[in-house]
Amino acid sequence: MLIKTPQKLQLKEQDVTPENIYFNRRDMLKKMGFLGASSLLASAAVSSKANAIEWFSEKEKASFNLEPLTYQADNNNAKLILTPETKVTTHNNFYEFGAQKHQPAELSQGFQVNPWQLTISGECDKPITLDYDDLTTMFTLEERIYRLRCVEAWSMVVPWIGFSLADLLRKVSPNSNAKYVRFETLHDPEQMPGQQNRRLGGGINYPYVEGLRLDEAMNPLALMSVGLYGKTLPPQNGAPIRLVVPWKYGFKSIKSIVSIKLVSQPPKTTWQQLAPQEYGFYANVNPEHDHPRWSQASERRITTGGLFSRNRIETLPFNGYGEQVAHLYKGMNLRKNY
Amino acid sequence: MKISIKQKVLLLKLLIHISAFLPLAYLYYQALNDQLGADPVQRVIHFTGIGAFNLLLLTLTVSPLAKYFKRGYLLQVRRLLGLYTFFYALFHVLNFLAFDLQFAWGVFIGEVFKRPYISIGMVAFLLLSALAITSLNSIKRKMGRAWQSLHNFSYLILILIAVHFYWSVKSEILVPLFYGLLSFTILLFRYKKLQQLFMRLFS
Repeated sequence: MLIKTPQKLQLKEQDVTPENIYFNRRDMLKKMGFLGASSLLASAAVSSKANAIEWFSEKEKASFNLEPLTYQADNNNAKLILTPETKVTTHNNFYEFGAQKHQPAELSQGFQVNPWQLTISGECDKPITLDYDDLTTMFTLEERIYRLRCVEAWSMVVPWIGFSLADLLRKVSPNSNAKYVRFETLHDPEQMPGQQNRRLGGGINYPYVEGLRLDEAMNPLALMSVGLYGKTLPPQNGAPIRLVVPWKYGFKSIKSIVSIKLVSQPPKTTWQQLAPQEYGFYANVNPEHDHPRWSQASERRITTGGLFSRNRIETLPFNGYGEQVAHLYKGMNLRKNY
Repeated sequence: MKISIKQKVLLLKLLIHISAFLPLAYLYYQALNDQLGADPVQRVIHFTGIGAFNLLLLTLTVSPLAKYFKRGYLLQVRRLLGLYTFFYALFHVLNFLAFDLQFAWGVFIGEVFKRPYISIGMVAFLLLSALAITSLNSIKRKMGRAWQSLHNFSYLILILIAVHFYWSVKSEILVPLFYGLLSFTILLFRYKKLQQLFMRLFS
């Protein structure tokens, strides 16, 4: 029989910091920082007010629960330098939870993803609806380390976990009318403050809609992601399921999807509706076609380091995935079809 | 004890130094130590840009305030506010050149000429630089009446900056619109003066 005599130095179970306090400590420090900085002259009066209210509100913030996933590791891209997890999860364009980069991480932690329903329907023989558990159990999950190039000319390298969109679409047997795939994000203003408040939500139309041509969707690179860095997706990254199309600008990779529809006509996508001269249907990463307001020839790769990290690199056609996808656009004028 | 006007001005200036300089120092401290979110570059560009706009609005509010409350001494802090506006704008431009473009001069010059929102921003910055340089007392004295004519360009700068902000955003137009409204209000106070300037220009 093993008898353990606890030493004085050894911590007992009651000494352990409760998880919620442990995870909140950064939050608290950050808010103190924000409050200090934003009450000073230079920052907008509006934001300091918002922070102060947040600080004093008694509302307990539920911290979002991430579950570990079982998956096949991606050993082919191990040499890529990953963007640290904290940066991947705190620098997000997800206007449903606020149009500023840091807002989604702060405003989405109470997001309910279980139960969830993802419907795949439209021009197909066997439409299906997946529930929350199906998302992680229906297919074998694999890790895919992809470069993510935002249309705003910054980029990251993210270890996603998921399955091929093609596998999902094959399950529903698309019919001969299916030419395009239309994706839609959840519309739930109760849970998504950006859909409720125009200032927060950046003035785009909700629900967010994206689309792909069917042959693009069937390309093996197109990923339905349910996780990153070994765990299920945090809400700010598009929990519980999102699209990742690594050869296109980030806004094509729609988050928190509730509907995938096979259609015969190209769907009107959100950014196309808002500014058609700036955001096209294809949105392939193309260093030779500038955004009207900035150059797309290079990008800043977000990894580690502060202001002085020399992180500007050349942008590659199709974000470096030309070998796998360039054939999809043979004979097309990619300046016209931007 | 009664505080003299001189002391009041001194206190105001101290307050301006503290509330304009400290946030800037803190910002760069955080940015250099990678404590400013995932993309410190974007943060420093936005902070200094908005900061410059706030300071410009404040600078142009001084004289209507002094007139309305009959506090002439307020005018004595206007130059300091104007200079801080210039410094924030200078850092705004330097952030873009040094941290965003990382001294790719070719790209910098290309962007200034190719992108309308950057072009007008740069025009505003050059005008602002001229105002900053001529704010030295010795130069001001030498310039005589020309000084006031030159410094009337502050209204044009305000308009350019409001448009620069509005054109720079992707879809979040509410804040730029709010700033546009503030700028318009400030110009309204100068209705008569601007009318005179306009008349002189076209007669």
